[in-house]
Amino acid sequence: MNNDYRARNHPAWWAFLMHRLSGLALSLFLPFHFWALGNALQGEARMDALLKWTEQPLLKFAEIMLVLLLAAHLTGGLRLLALEFLPWRGWQKSLLAWAAGAAFAVGLAFALAL
Amino acid sequence: MNMLQVSVWRGGASGGYRIYEVPRQESQSVLDVVTYIQRHIDPTLSYRFACRVGMCGACAMTVNGVARWTCRTHVSKVVKGNAIQIAPLANLPVIKDLVTDMRGFFDKWARARGQFVSGSGTTRKDDFARVASDSPERVAANAGIECIGCGVCYASCDVVSWNPDYLGPAALNRAWTLVNDVRDGARRERLAAVAGDAGCHACHTHLACSERCPKDIEPTASIAGLKRAVARAALKGEL
Ligand code: SF4
Ligand code: SF4
Ligand code: FES
Repeated sequence: MNNDYRARNHPAWWAFLMHRLSGLALSLFLPFHFWALGNALQGEARMDALLKWTEQPLLKFAEIMLVLLLAAHLTGGLRLLALEFLPWRGWQKSLLAWAAGAAFAVGLAFALAL
Repeated sequence: MNMLQVSVWRGGASGGYRIYEVPRQESQSVLDVVTYIQRHIDPTLSYRFACRVGMCGACAMTVNGVARWTCRTHVSKVVKGNAIQIAPLANLPVIKDLVTDMRGFFDKWARARGQFVSGSGTTRKDDFARVASDSPERVAANAGIECIGCGVCYASCDVVSWNPDYLGPAALNRAWTLVNDVRDGARRERLAAVAGDAGCHACHTHLACSERCPKDIEPTASIAGLKRAVARAALKGEL
């Protein structure tokens, strides 16, 4: 027999899902990132036009989401490294809360600084 | 009388759920519910238990989708309205009803070299080995030693579902307690047995095993310990 979602409904599994999804989303964004950078090679005007285009509110919002994803993936990775390399017992839940909190704080700081 | 609606898996792998009405009682365990069905409604229901006090590890089942030891799981903790669903453990072949074939699970303990091998050449005529109770090895072994072999962690692990060869949390936890047994003489062979794709390196650190283990063991920590021990041994050229 196989497990269904009920077996997976616990904090560490959600953390795993978040880490996996943020990783996938970031890797999907990467080609756009390179494409945008590549535009700089085509001259200043073209790059400026692109940067102007990204000033739209919707894209600003997407940018905040991107920073949140990055922060989530980074803190999720740090959490994993801590789990793998530090001798631990019993504090993985607090670690998880720290990782989520830190990711959120970074996202918020970025959103407010805009 | 207050009745529970209990849906119980009947048959082998291609069976289905059947619903039974069981009187609700105070301080009732899920195992009590299953036993009531077998004693009062349908004597052909198969299930396993022995100690009824959380020592033998025989009574594990999937209760409302989550693997649990049923003798120490109160109905009040898991009941949804007045419904409970009881199925055999996941990740193991179903023999009949709530009974799974645990052979694969225990064979993996053997494959992970879960047996103690005396390393000092001492015999039963010699005095006891002395291991300081606060030594780091003893503390690490202690953290995993209370395993009752119930299979709850194994049934909860996604990597076991994905890779049927994966040794799984319980066997690896057992190996880790022995790696920390200073009297043991098979450290190198054991580390070689638990390294690699079907061993500790397959673990995704989902922590499902640690979340569900009824004995509050954290196999994930033991597996992380094995990964570090294997890496250290490999660096020293011992593997
Ligand atoms: S931590 Fe490792 S062994 Fe435990 S459930 Fe997750 S993948 Fe399986
Ligand atoms: S580690 Fe925990 S869940 Fe796994 S077999 Fe041992 S007692 Fe059961
Ligand atoms: S019957 Fe022995 S642990 Fe439940």
